[in-house]
Amino acid sequence: MLITDPAFKFYKCCMKKSQTITVIVLSCSLLFFSCKKTIPKAALQLSHESLQQRQLQTRHFDTADESFLLSASTALIQDMGFNLDESETKLGVIVASKQRDAKNAGQIVGAVFLALLVGVIPATDKHQTMRVAVVTRPIGNGSKHAVRVTFQRIVFNTQNQVSKLESIDDPEIYKEFFGKLSKSVFLEAHEI
Amino acid sequence: MKKTCKIYGLVYLICVCFLLIGCQTTKQRLLDTDQSQVEMRSIQTRAFDTTDKKTTLRTIIATLQDLEFLVDKADHTLGVVSATKLKGYFLKMTVSVRQRGNTQLLVRANAQYGIEPVTDPTPYQQFFSALEKSMFLTAHQVD
Repeated sequence: MLITDPAFKFYKCCMKKSQTITVIVLSCSLLFFSCKKTIPKAALQLSHESLQQRQLQTRHFDTADESFLLSASTALIQDMGFNLDESETKLGVIVASKQRDAKNAGQIVGAVFLALLVGVIPATDKHQTMRVAVVTRPIGNGSKHAVRVTFQRIVFNTQNQVSKLESIDDPEIYKEFFGKLSKSVFLEAHEI
Repeated sequence: MKKTCKIYGLVYLICVCFLLIGCQTTKQRLLDTDQSQVEMRSIQTRAFDTTDKKTTLRTIIATLQDLEFLVDKADHTLGVVSATKLKGYFLKMTVSVRQRGNTQLLVRANAQYGIEPVTDPTPYQQFFSALEKSMFLTAHQVD
């Protein structure tokens, strides 16, 4: 094969450039692939805290009437401003959610200070979706029922990005919830 | 000469980009046929020696709650439960129950972490071992 000198030089020059570009493109795509997140090792493992959490979220009621407990719970979460998303009385499940403001004065003050210092306004929390699930379960022969309530929230910031994904573990919230529930069913809520 | 080189380089780069884009048809993710279905099914399925669908579903819900999930949906007739865990990450699970023969129930679970399906067998093993404990029954591997 006969290659003229200028053509060969041109070919060599192109090859060098293209090789550099290929290396750049390949390393960039490798970076993209390595970004893939994997599930945390303990995500589906029972933890030591799970028993504590169960105690916090559960109360026993001395009643055989599961639907009575469920309807009282529905009324209660409605009082708290939640909207019903899902219910399955055969399995004793009620799921509800609400959207609320998530602006935090302290966070905004911090953001303003940072904006003054750096000149860039950082995103602050704006609104949140709060979710609740109430699950009832017969205990033993069915003369007692357990009620377990779980709260979660998703917080969005001013750039509409998710800033928090969490379960709410504040014992006071659960205490207050069960206090209200026991009042509305005229039954004492027993701790487990 | 240098200019031509630059143009060639650019054309090459665009071609590579197109090739990369062409490799990943995002629509294909709808049926996710790239993984071995049989293999996934065996990772995600266990058989339990019980025919009590209602209690099994209730136990699945309780186990999911122990694992810090919040139930999204539950249906007794269909025998399914969906739940979400939020702990700085987003993990969604759907667990279904159906009859297998006259003595067993098949429990199948599938999970999604963020926007990725969970294909690693370990999390499923952990889930079924937690479920076994609450069911007071052994989870049998299904072929």
